[in-house]
Amino acid sequence: MSLRVRRLTTPIMLLAVWEGTARAGVLAPDKLPPPSAVLEAAWRLSRDGTLGTSLLDSLQRAVLGLLIGGTLALVLGSVAGLLRAGDDLVDPTVQAARMLPHLGLVPLLIIWLGIGESLKVTLVALGAFFPIYLNTYAGIRDIDERLVEAARTCGLTWSERVRHVVLPGAMPSLFLGLRLAFAAGWLSLVVGEQVNGQSGLGFMMMEAREFSQTEVVVLGLLVYALLGLLSDLALRMGERRLLTWRRGLQAA
Amino acid sequence: MATRTASRLVEAARVRRSFGGTVVLDGVDLAIDRGEVVALLGASGSGKSTLLRILAGLDGEASGNVSVPASRAVVFQEHRLLPWKRVAANVTLGVRTKNAASRTAAALAEVGLADRGDAWPAELSGGQSQRVAIARALIRQPELLLLDEPFGALDALNRLKMQALFSRLRAVHEFAALLVTHDVDEAILLSDRLLVLDDGHIIESIDVDLDHPRAVDTPGFATLRRRLLTLLRVPAAPDEALS
Ligand SMILES: Nc1ncnc2c1ncn2[C@@H]1O[C@H](COP(=O)(O)OP(=O)(O)OP(=O)(O)O)[C@@H](O)[C@H]1O
Ligand SMILES: [Mg+2]
Repeated sequence: MSLRVRRLTTPIMLLAVWEGTARAGVLAPDKLPPPSAVLEAAWRLSRDGTLGTSLLDSLQRAVLGLLIGGTLALVLGSVAGLLRAGDDLVDPTVQAARMLPHLGLVPLLIIWLGIGESLKVTLVALGAFFPIYLNTYAGIRDIDERLVEAARTCGLTWSERVRHVVLPGAMPSLFLGLRLAFAAGWLSLVVGEQVNGQSGLGFMMMEAREFSQTEVVVLGLLVYALLGLLSDLALRMGERRLLTWRRGLQAA
Repeated sequence: MATRTASRLVEAARVRRSFGGTVVLDGVDLAIDRGEVVALLGASGSGKSTLLRILAGLDGEASGNVSVPASRAVVFQEHRLLPWKRVAANVTLGVRTKNAASRTAAALAEVGLADRGDAWPAELSGGQSQRVAIARALIRQPELLLLDEPFGALDALNRLKMQALFSRLRAVHEFAALLVTHDVDEAILLSDRLLVLDDGHIIESIDVDLDHPRAVDTPGFATLRRRLLTLLRVPAAPDEALS
C-alpha cells in the first residue's frame, strides 16, 4: 500500500502543479489548459458521442492494420523460418525492406493510395509487420535443435514437430514481436491519422487545433496513450495464460 | 545371466562417418542380439555419440550397412523434455494408440513418478527429469533402447539409483540396449558385453560373465575393470590397490 502511495506521489504532484500554474495564468490556456479543462472536454465529448465515434474509427483502423500486417508477417516469418527455400526467397528481401523507415513512406503512400482509409490501415500494417516477422523468424530459428531431434526419435512427423516443438518454442519470441508490433502500430496510426482524414482521434485532434481547443488536443493524446497501455496489458495477460510453463522456469 | 537368443536385432557393418576431413568412424562393425545389453566405452571424442546417432536414425550422412529395428527409443544425456508440455504429455508424445493415457500412467509409475504427470518439466529435479525421459522411451515398448550417457549428468547417489532402476526395467521389459557411458563400473554392472571404441574402430569386445545381481565387490569385477581401464588408456586408480 505505502509503495503504491509513494509511486503515485510524483504524478499527482505534477498534476497539481500543472493545474495550479495553469489557473494562476503562468501557462497560457491556449498553450496548455489545466487538467480540469481536459477532463471537462472528455466529459463533453463523451456525452455528445464525438469521443466514442472517433475512438471506434481509430480502433477499427488499428485492428484491421494489425490483422493484415500481423497475418502476413506470421505467414512469411514461418515460411522463412521453417523452409530453406522460403528463407532464401523471403528473408534477404524483408531484411533489406526493414531498412526503409516506414513512416518516411507517407508521401509515396499518399501518391499510391490517396489520403483515405487504406493509407492509414497500410501504415499500421507496415508498422506491425516487421516486429512480428523478425521475431517469428528468430523464434523459429532459435529452437533448440536437440528438442526437435528428441521429437523425431519419438516418431513425430515433420508437421507434428512443427506443431509440438517449433511453434510452442517460438511462442515467447512471438509475444515479444506482438508487443513491439502493437507499439509500432499505434505510432503509425497516430502519424497516419494526422494526414487529413474525416474521422478518428487524429482528426478530432487536428480539428480541435484549428479551433484552438488545446484541451481536446491533449485529451486525444491521453486517449492514444491509454489505448497503448490497455493493449499492452491485454497482451501481457494473454502471455501469462499461454506461457504458464515458463513460470516454473523463472522460479527455478 | 541374460538369456541370449540367436536372433540378431542390430547389425551394422563398415559404418563410416567423417566430419569435413576428419574421419570419426572408420569401418565400425557391430551386432546386438535380442535382449542383450551392450555398453559402449571410449575416450571423449572417440565417436560414441556419433555411432549412437547413426543407430537412432538421426544421421543421414553416414555410410555402411545399418539394420536396426523400427521399434527403438533413445535416451540422451540431457532429458530433452519439451518445457511447454506437462510431464504426462511429454511421455505420451508420438504415441498413437487409444490407451495412451493409461500407458503413460503405467510408464510414469514404473519410474516412480506416478504423481508427477501434471508437473511442468521445469518443476522437476535433474534425476526426476531423466526418469521421465526413460518413461518416454519405455512407453514405446522398444526392442532396442539407445542410451547416450543417460546418467552422466546426475550426482553419484542418483546415478546408483538409476542404475538399479535400469536393471529392474530391463528384467521386466527384456529390451536390448546400447549404453554409451564414461563410467567403467556402470558399464560392468549393467551390461552383458563391453565394446571399446578407439581410433574409429571397435577395438575390443568383452563378454561380461558375472552373476546377477552385480556389485563392485563381485568376484571378477576388479579384474575386468582393470582390463577396461588399460584399454581406455587410463592409469589404474590408486584405489585399485584395495581390491
Ligand atoms: N556435428 C558435428 N560436426 C563436426 N564434428 C562433429 C560433429 N559431431 C561430432 N563431431 C566430431 O566427431 C568426433 C566424435 O564426436 P562424438 O560426439 O561422437 O564423441 P563421443 O565419443 O560421444 O565423446 P564424448 O564422450 O565426449 O561424448 C569429435 O571429434 C567431434 O568433434
Ligand atoms: Mg557423446
